[in-house]
Amino acid sequence: MTARAVVTGLGIVASNGIGRDAYWAATLAGRSGIGRITRFDPTPYPARLAGEVSGFAAEELLPSRLLPQTDRMTRFALVGADWAFADAGIRPQELPEFDMGVATASHAGGFEFGQNELKALWSRGGQYVSAYQSFAWFYAVNSGQISIRNGMRGPSSVVVSDQAGGLDAVAQARRQIRKGIPLMVAGAMDSSICPWGWVAQLACGRISVSEAPDRAYLPFDAEACGYVPGEGGALLIIEEADHARRREAPQVYGEIAGYAATFDPRPGSGRDSGLRRAIEQALRDAEIPPDGIDVVFADAAATPELDQVEATAITGVFGPGGVPVTAPKTMTGRLYSGAAPLDLAAALLSIRDGIIPPTTHVRLADRYEIDLVRNAPRTAPVRAALVLARGYGGFNSAMVVRAPT
Amino acid sequence: MSTAQTGSFTDDDLRRILREGAGSDESVDLDGDILDSTFEELGYDSLALLETGSRIEREYQITLEDDAVSGVRTPRELIDLVQQRLAARPS
Repeated sequence: MTARAVVTGLGIVASNGIGRDAYWAATLAGRSGIGRITRFDPTPYPARLAGEVSGFAAEELLPSRLLPQTDRMTRFALVGADWAFADAGIRPQELPEFDMGVATASHAGGFEFGQNELKALWSRGGQYVSAYQSFAWFYAVNSGQISIRNGMRGPSSVVVSDQAGGLDAVAQARRQIRKGIPLMVAGAMDSSICPWGWVAQLACGRISVSEAPDRAYLPFDAEACGYVPGEGGALLIIEEADHARRREAPQVYGEIAGYAATFDPRPGSGRDSGLRRAIEQALRDAEIPPDGIDVVFADAAATPELDQVEATAITGVFGPGGVPVTAPKTMTGRLYSGAAPLDLAAALLSIRDGIIPPTTHVRLADRYEIDLVRNAPRTAPVRAALVLARGYGGFNSAMVVRAPT
Repeated sequence: MSTAQTGSFTDDDLRRILREGAGSDESVDLDGDILDSTFEELGYDSLALLETGSRIEREYQITLEDDAVSGVRTPRELIDLVQQRLAARPS
């Protein structure tokens, strides 16, 4: 009998809301956190908007000992994990240490921390580089810091596959649950809104250069012109179902029911993207037919070619207009590896509340035959949701979450 | 507030540099009697010590080898090490 992986806690940091309830309320109200960058002067750069998290007081949320050694994204991760544990009603110090592991994803590692140390190196000399640079930049540091802070000595890992990584990390957690680990923290927090991070992101050529916050990130719109980056993400407590039941977990949001990952063919080969195959395999893994899915949370890359691939994959599986599709990331910006865990959280909250969050600012182009939930949330029972996430370079991941039984 | 010019290094100097470079553990009273507590008891691991050593080096213009720094176990031992290096510094 294969162990079932259920979600019992959520920790969220996003530009339109810090914490699960603030994020969900803002998202249902259609409130966007996208605006002109304030962290540095964006004037010299072609792209000037981002989904910045404001009002996150790390010094109030974390011990001072952790501040000199953590990049912003690690602070999000540590606080997010704290909140996820609290939400799940778990004090990790009380659980056997080898029964808990951490699986995170990362897109950039600790970029701002690294930038500051590079500045110190070149302007003042090697003696001024922090000893903590040795790990604070590294992609796996969130897994490391979460496990150290919470005494979690079970299997821990990191996945780096851009936005797809957010689902890949949760899938890895499910794998560990199936191998016998009772509890995993899984998800991602990313942040690279600093000059060095900005030029690195601009190099991918997919970032919107619009300066109008309400017409910059427009997936499935005729005027789609790239995405707006954001910072933040979500961490989930994933538990073996019986473990959650025995300890009388305060809530079970839902089950990680299905997952698949595929890789695109070489550009120019003429072969189809692997996204549709990922969807079909995830549904088979969940043993749910297309008509059992009540909403699709789209990857929403917002470039015409990528939107077309995604719309075609969705309509190929569900039929034209065959399933509600939404992209609440239009309100937070694209969070890289944090995006899909946040979509999973939103999907689970849709299941809980029977309401689908909207996609904002978009005017749906005719060529995409999808039922896009726009402007206002849609009340509807949600028994199962599909989350899609693609990563730069050809990664496609798909995950199905279903209501608790 | 550095005593670098006077050539001495006190426990208050160490407290300041520890806080600046590595923060402080919420359960530890760094202002109390810490001289003979181990750095581990105070919540500082080997990297925190290396960072502290590096800051002392550049502020006091002395050299502290990584081995020497990793070898000290208590604030008293670190202060003694720094004072030795300060005394040996050509004036």
